[in-house]
Amino acid sequence: MSRLVIASIGPASSVQDGGRHGAQRYGLTVSGAMDRLALAAANTLVGNAPFAAAVEIGPFGASFTARDGAVRVAISGAPRNADIAGRAVAIDTSMTLKDGETLTLGFARGGAFTYLAIEGGIKGEPVFGSLAVNARAGLGSPYPRPLQADDEFTVDAASGAPEQRIELPKPSTGPIRVLLGPQDDEFDDANKALFLDSEWKISATSDRMGYRLEGPAIKHLHGHNIVSDGTVNGSIQVPGNGAPIALMMDRGTSGGYPKIATVITADVGRLAQTSAGTAFRFLEVTMAEAQDEARKFAQAIRNLSDRLRSSDTVELNVEALSDANVAGYAVSAVDAGTWQVTAEP
Amino acid sequence: MAATLPPPRLLPSGDSAVTVEFSRTIDDEANQRVLALDKALAASPIDGITESVPTYRSLLVHYDPGRIGFEPLGEKLLALASQPLPPAAKTRRWRIPVAYGGEHGIDLEDVAKALNTTPDDIVARHVAGDYKVAMIGFTPGWSYLSGLDKSLQMSRRQNPRLLTPAGTISIGGIQAGIQCLAAPSGWHLLGRTPVRTYQLHRNPTFLTEPGDRVTFFAIDHKTFEEQDRAAEAGEIVAQQVVA
Repeated sequence: MSRLVIASIGPASSVQDGGRHGAQRYGLTVSGAMDRLALAAANTLVGNAPFAAAVEIGPFGASFTARDGAVRVAISGAPRNADIAGRAVAIDTSMTLKDGETLTLGFARGGAFTYLAIEGGIKGEPVFGSLAVNARAGLGSPYPRPLQADDEFTVDAASGAPEQRIELPKPSTGPIRVLLGPQDDEFDDANKALFLDSEWKISATSDRMGYRLEGPAIKHLHGHNIVSDGTVNGSIQVPGNGAPIALMMDRGTSGGYPKIATVITADVGRLAQTSAGTAFRFLEVTMAEAQDEARKFAQAIRNLSDRLRSSDTVELNVEALSDANVAGYAVSAVDAGTWQVTAEP
Repeated sequence: MAATLPPPRLLPSGDSAVTVEFSRTIDDEANQRVLALDKALAASPIDGITESVPTYRSLLVHYDPGRIGFEPLGEKLLALASQPLPPAAKTRRWRIPVAYGGEHGIDLEDVAKALNTTPDDIVARHVAGDYKVAMIGFTPGWSYLSGLDKSLQMSRRQNPRLLTPAGTISIGGIQAGIQCLAAPSGWHLLGRTPVRTYQLHRNPTFLTEPGDRVTFFAIDHKTFEEQDRAAEAGEIVAQQVVA
């Protein structure tokens, strides 16, 4: 066994996986990776199951040191400067840290979350089939809280397998697609149009529970109190002040504000990776389109291993390295701040 | 089907979940229908459904659109939802100990004042109630109860508290609640129970189920301390009665 020791890590970083399913009826939310495609890509690079637990690294930096042997890892998600002992390494590749070597990751350059997958996975005690951190419920393993310096993982010794890179499709920059509902009838046509036709930005006071949206105030038809009902990842609720909140993976399982729309499954990760202050729009799609996209998204995750390439066939990602010199980091939506997404009950 | 409720509605909740809504308001018959549909799905599962979440007035059904589409699922759900209510089955009843007032129920005196009566009278009315777990939500184990005495119904606090203690027994509007974890709340805090409705590494992890009946009984603060220690060690503490 080797160890991977966290030498340093920013806030909003935690162990996450595919989430905790089956207990929403008891008020236990799903949690899990904010960007499931990036989680799956990082895991696929080191031969893990797509939704195995990995380190979700928030917008700030982190560094990891191998101890008691070599450790093989991979990174995917929000691009960052990364190096091992001064040698630059690229996002979307696997790499092996020799005993004592440190992988250092800078701030996210656009987006928020980068996933560090460890060959053989993270060892822990699953609850409802998941190691994902849900700090509010005291769940998550091996640490039921956000990660901090000196935390460490006991991991498999590196296999020595050849390093891989993964060729992911270029992420879409189009609007975030939504289905209206479940409570779009709590808004008149003018306010639905205002929601769909306006430019939005994600507030810096957002977190894994929800992303607050900055833009025009959306008015309700009959007030902002409804009898609490169930929520999903991507539910967009409109509280009394008219500023919508997109509910994310650590959402309450029920909520008492009308939900004007729901982000489609294929775009929830894209919304999660939208930097604070970046303007974006929503686009209404039909149920048939949304479900078709959801099926394609699931298929793309299943087939990620078809996108693996040998690392030897290409030099370092030149684009990533040149981007690294762009002045001014785009600090993302998610910070250490915590705020209540819902005033319920 | 009773004439009081309109036909159930299907509300799309994204591409992988659908809400079956029986009422827009809190309504006991709607809640019975929610729980009946939930039970029917548990008894004869529809392929593709991954999870269902009962609330006061609707059932949120999560599903995999790779296994079943919105239209065929919707048809099946509406057919099930429109069936007559089955006769009431035997339900579990929990007798939940509560230490009322003082540090454990900091709003008891204010509630008594607001309702022109004594704290003892408020406690008497609260323990006289026959409650039902209408839903569990917000945070793990938070059990929302219907059946609060009309004379105890009062609007929520103007200023919600950012943190209320684990085990809080409270009332808000027409609802009563058993709260498990420390959480923000705008409800009136009458007391605390040593009972954990959610406790990791205990079997069962979750004590209450939607549809369970609940009554409360008063314990003194010393008993609370004793039972709290026992509960921390994994004892259930609540008394179960099969009705």
